[in-house]
Amino acid sequence: MSNDTNATITRIAEIIIDELKLEDVTPASFDPDLDLVDEVGVDSMDLATIALVLRDEYSIRIDEDDYPKLTTVRFIAEYIIDKQNSSE
Amino acid sequence: MITVSSLLDDHWHERYKKISKLNIRSSIYDVTNRCNLRCKGCFFFSSGEHEVAPEEKDIEKWHEFVEKEMDRGVNLAILIGGEPTLCLDRVEAFYKRLPTFCATNGLIKVPRDRFPDMMVGISLWGDADDEKTLRGNDTFVVSSANYEGDPHAYYLYTITPKQLGKTEHIIKKIKDVGLKVHMQLLSNDEGVDGFTWQPEELVAIREEMDSMLDTYPETVISSKYYHEIITTGKMLGRSFGWAECPSVTEPLDNRDPRPKRLTNFIRWSSGLDSMHRCCTSETRDCRTCKDGAAHMSWVMVNKRAHIKTTKDLQNWIEVYEMFAKLYQFIPW
Ligand code: SF4
Ligand code: SF4
Repeated sequence: MSNDTNATITRIAEIIIDELKLEDVTPASFDPDLDLVDEVGVDSMDLATIALVLRDEYSIRIDEDDYPKLTTVRFIAEYIIDKQNSSE
Repeated sequence: MITVSSLLDDHWHERYKKISKLNIRSSIYDVTNRCNLRCKGCFFFSSGEHEVAPEEKDIEKWHEFVEKEMDRGVNLAILIGGEPTLCLDRVEAFYKRLPTFCATNGLIKVPRDRFPDMMVGISLWGDADDEKTLRGNDTFVVSSANYEGDPHAYYLYTITPKQLGKTEHIIKKIKDVGLKVHMQLLSNDEGVDGFTWQPEELVAIREEMDSMLDTYPETVISSKYYHEIITTGKMLGRSFGWAECPSVTEPLDNRDPRPKRLTNFIRWSSGLDSMHRCCTSETRDCRTCKDGAAHMSWVMVNKRAHIKTTKDLQNWIEVYEMFAKLYQFIPW
């Protein structure tokens, strides 16, 4: 995994922790493969909030239809990197 | 970090997994502005919602409308009225395409050859005396004859303050006709004397509802956490009301900040071109609202808030299961 991907994963974890006010976890200790929906209880309203921050940070648009795919921090990171690459 | 797995043992985790992917997206539809009863305290007529828009009479428009609702992501149609069984063609427009629930007073039997597995919720407002006082008719006599033993029907028993100490009698009657029952509380939208809940009555009815669930677990579809929430109006230290209600029609929801809410929820009038404020009376004071579905949904949309302790999460699972059973997403 590239350093870029790692950095993106850590930054997304940080955004999720901040936006959802998650306790007892740091960006470094956040398991990138943890199922955000099943294990953390993230719902579509949470995802919409997170998507807004990601849009501003990475200048990409996250389609609501894509929410079901974005179930882990790693999937979100890959999605963002893909979008950035395809718009280059 | 607290996760679902860290809070649940295998048994509860299995139960959780059965509901966690359901992603139920409901909306509510007034099928007609007419009814074959006129109950005192009916939220629909008392708030004038039956006059908001003339009914759409062209059945083709109903078919097109349901298609559009599916495009909006709706996967559960909750049909109310007026009395939906007065317009079975419209009911069929939903039933042919979507998981459909039909609320009815039970006076007209839904033909099972046409709607073999549509879930039917039959309203009941108490014992024969209450029914006659509030609805002018003891509907149980007719509705129980129509639906005895039907596996896709249950009673929606609206408990009134006059029912304190008498609920067991009703639950037994329902059990004896081979049906299930879900309990909710009267909101008394027309202020009928003696039918408004007093604080001590709410404490007492909560105990009674708990006891009914313990005594008749095969008949009563409920959960003690739901009883707590509907009788106290409190969840995790928060108070139910306008600021928290999940069942506000989305395009009319101008609350800021927006609370957790049902995704894309709309309650449509039978004109199909106008919407009502929420799942119940447009004119009801949210501070005294006892709407059962809104309270259930309040719990369901606040999943993350319940991922705190094992008990909180188990409570959430039980309420979600109750909802999923009432709308046939999981078996009884
Ligand atoms: S049966 Fe239902 S819709 Fe008809 S008047 Fe009574 S409460 Fe209202
Ligand atoms: S009346 Fe009840 S269901 Fe309607 S908005 Fe108020 S609290 Fe919600």
